[in-house]
Amino acid sequence: MNKVYINSIASISAQKTFDNSLFLTEIENYEANVIPVINPNYKDYIPPAAARRMAKGIKMGVVASKIALQESGLDTIDAIITGTGMGCVRDSEKFVSAIIDNDEQYLTPTSFIQSTHNTVGGQIALELQCKGYNFTYVHASNSFESALLDAKLQLELDEEKNILIGGVDEIGEHTTKIHKLVNHVKAEAIKTSDVINAQTPGAVFGEGANFFVLSNEKQASTYAEITALKTYNTLPETEVLHEASNFLKENNINIEDIDLLVLGNNGDVDFDTFYTKLTEGFINTQQAYYKHLCGEFNTASSFGFWLASKVLKTQTLPEAVKLNNKDTASFKNILLYNQYRGENHSFTLLKQC
Amino acid sequence: MDALKQELKENLIEQLNLEDMTTEDIANDDMLFGDGLGLDSIDALELIVMLDKSYGIKLTDPKEGRSIFESINTMAAYITEHRSK
Repeated sequence: MNKVYINSIASISAQKTFDNSLFLTEIENYEANVIPVINPNYKDYIPPAAARRMAKGIKMGVVASKIALQESGLDTIDAIITGTGMGCVRDSEKFVSAIIDNDEQYLTPTSFIQSTHNTVGGQIALELQCKGYNFTYVHASNSFESALLDAKLQLELDEEKNILIGGVDEIGEHTTKIHKLVNHVKAEAIKTSDVINAQTPGAVFGEGANFFVLSNEKQASTYAEITALKTYNTLPETEVLHEASNFLKENNINIEDIDLLVLGNNGDVDFDTFYTKLTEGFINTQQAYYKHLCGEFNTASSFGFWLASKVLKTQTLPEAVKLNNKDTASFKNILLYNQYRGENHSFTLLKQC
Repeated sequence: MDALKQELKENLIEQLNLEDMTTEDIANDDMLFGDGLGLDSIDALELIVMLDKSYGIKLTDPKEGRSIFESINTMAAYITEHRSK
């Protein structure tokens, strides 16, 4: 089987990450319970005629794709695989609101045709003129991992050479309001630096698009090798550490070989305990977290994947993501663990190359 | 009629997300489709809904749209003659 490499990355997030030459050198500090992305100049990447019908999620996805493709040095891509939890939720809200407000009359087509989950993947294909395999995974907080798994299998089996994958989700005003009602969003505005110690229920919600060109051919720009990936729909808190150990064993790696553990803590007092349980087995390992920087959304783990890729290539760990006091001289193996509200867990193993 | 033309231009910009345009950029006799503003078939559907919702005009024959939506002048003339609200 072929090895699978991350050959380029792109991130649009609540931090200034769209410039690949920077690596979280300046942190944007928020005091909020919902944080939007810092927008790149979309007009630099998308012609105005094409952009006028695109919702924010589509613009973020298209621009992140173009940045990733540019960095990979490729003109075209064999396949596009997108992960999204909520898809184009803004246009969905717009369309459903129009149905209610206009008593099921005067419905216009634009928001309807742009409201499906696979609109982002479709628009990326149109922009890149890619007529290859195009698939969108909608699997809550395992959406990105599902896309990653599909790409990994295809590249390992040499079905494709270069695949663009990504995770994208946008903030929808009405959807966020509903999440606030059920306390999935923190009731209080909280500072970025205080999220980890919040001790309150709910998360700071966010949005973003993180795209990557994966390939079974290593090149000069390669960030890392994807060693393994495993997802779980349900996993009891008591089993997390045991499953992590098994996952590493299956890949012939010991806990001591992990140089960095990247965790999806979002400051939710009710569910960060999953991460606490896992870290009990990694007390001598350096740990990092990232959702205080990008917010929580269904594909926030793609920001963690971006972070780990960047750490492996630059061999630096930004101060803002350090979770404990351990120091690592060099980063060879990184383990990522993510879950949201105790469901849809994933372990991802990346290796320096 | 001039007020209606101005209103149509504002509606066009808002409904069709013509982000970079102002009402001054649209001349009354500019072609809305093709070489003019470059509107397309999806925009045509948006305009049909706009006629119904804002002016109470139901277009039953889509072929009619071709001449009605030629320019702001032709739209304003048709609306003035057929509007029910």
